[in-house]
Amino acid sequence: MPSLQSLRRKIAAFKNTQKITKAMKMVAAAKLKRSQDRILAARPYAHKMRGVLSNLSQRVNRTSHPLLQKREGKRIEILVVTSDRGLCGGFNGNIVRKSAEFVRQCETQGLTVNLSIIGRKGRDYFRRRSWPIRQEWTGIFDKLSFEHAIDIGGDLTENFVKGTFDELYVVYNEFKSAIQQRVIVEKLFPIDAATEFGALQSGTQGAAVGGSYLYEPDEGELLNVLVPKHFQIQAYRILLESAAAEHGARMAAMDGATRNAGQLIKKVTLYYNKTRQAAITKELMDIVGGAEALK
Amino acid sequence: MAGKILLEVVTPEKLLLSQEVDEVIAPGSEGEFGVLPGHCHFLSSLRIGELRYKSQEVWRYMSILWGYAEVTPTKVTVMAEVAEKAEDIDIGRAQQAVEKAEQRLQAGGLPSELKEAQISLEKARLRKKIADRARRGHS
Repeated sequence: MPSLQSLRRKIAAFKNTQKITKAMKMVAAAKLKRSQDRILAARPYAHKMRGVLSNLSQRVNRTSHPLLQKREGKRIEILVVTSDRGLCGGFNGNIVRKSAEFVRQCETQGLTVNLSIIGRKGRDYFRRRSWPIRQEWTGIFDKLSFEHAIDIGGDLTENFVKGTFDELYVVYNEFKSAIQQRVIVEKLFPIDAATEFGALQSGTQGAAVGGSYLYEPDEGELLNVLVPKHFQIQAYRILLESAAAEHGARMAAMDGATRNAGQLIKKVTLYYNKTRQAAITKELMDIVGGAEALK
Repeated sequence: MAGKILLEVVTPEKLLLSQEVDEVIAPGSEGEFGVLPGHCHFLSSLRIGELRYKSQEVWRYMSILWGYAEVTPTKVTVMAEVAEKAEDIDIGRAQQAVEKAEQRLQAGGLPSELKEAQISLEKARLRKKIADRARRGHS
């Protein structure tokens, strides 16, 4: 039987832990609010951009712009978006598992796979297992800005044009609601009209395919700005999605932890009181027994 | 049937407008263009300028600072870097911005600075013009 003192210490320790998790939950909730506003604001723009690009990709001559090219894909790149910090439940675990699964899938098809990683957690995981990491960005989620997106989008477009990879997929957590995240695998390069854009853009998709666009200024000039911009915007959206999802996940995880700590405290306190009472009873018995013996 | 066009204006900050309208006039980089229902597919970049749209016989105004417009027979999507509805522009601030930009232009400086000042003057004037117009329209 543990001593009363050790039980008291245990209760104190649980209480401390609970204080910490509670504080973390509050912080996460505050951050969630901010990042949620940001992603909800950024979404329509990003989706419209996609819609326009997917429409465009059906109409233009794909060879007319290096970023629209479709190559026979042998080299795949996967951009894995994880968080920089832990303590957010299954957030990183889910991403990592999905990515690993996806990589294996590609490899069985005889494709070469490289990874680009955003976030410290994912980097650590894949580095420990010495998977091929081409590029990594860490520590960007503290101060997330459009500059990061320009940086990342720029790097990816550049490498696509250079031919470092033929296809690019992103694995990230989509922010569904404050307590729900969804792991998404999305193809970024090359831009595909029919598959993944279709569902999102049923409005514009309904318009008849064929018939060419009019451009102002001319096609090349317009595509030169529009297409890179598209990738920056998408990168930005993905970063925001992930940031919001991370805070949501952390909040949920910390909420659970706080509740668990509360339960433990209750349990141990009950046990502590029982033990204490037992000790008192025992002492009383001793005294009574002693008094009896003196008679 | 005359039909309507769905006008959607988005900026990186938010979805500013999504409305059925009768006619849109937008500031294309190579000149203003008007869109009526059934317009052919068209993609244009936009310059600093004024976007007008008519719905129920009333013209409404909006300032656009760069962006793109995609036109399909039933829909106009405007992706602007910055956009503001005329009603939302604070006319006092717009006036101040005009003055500030003018001063900066007067003060002179490096060519790049001048260029920047020129642009902000253009932006400020546009916002003021649109705000003025909205006010007249309402009174």
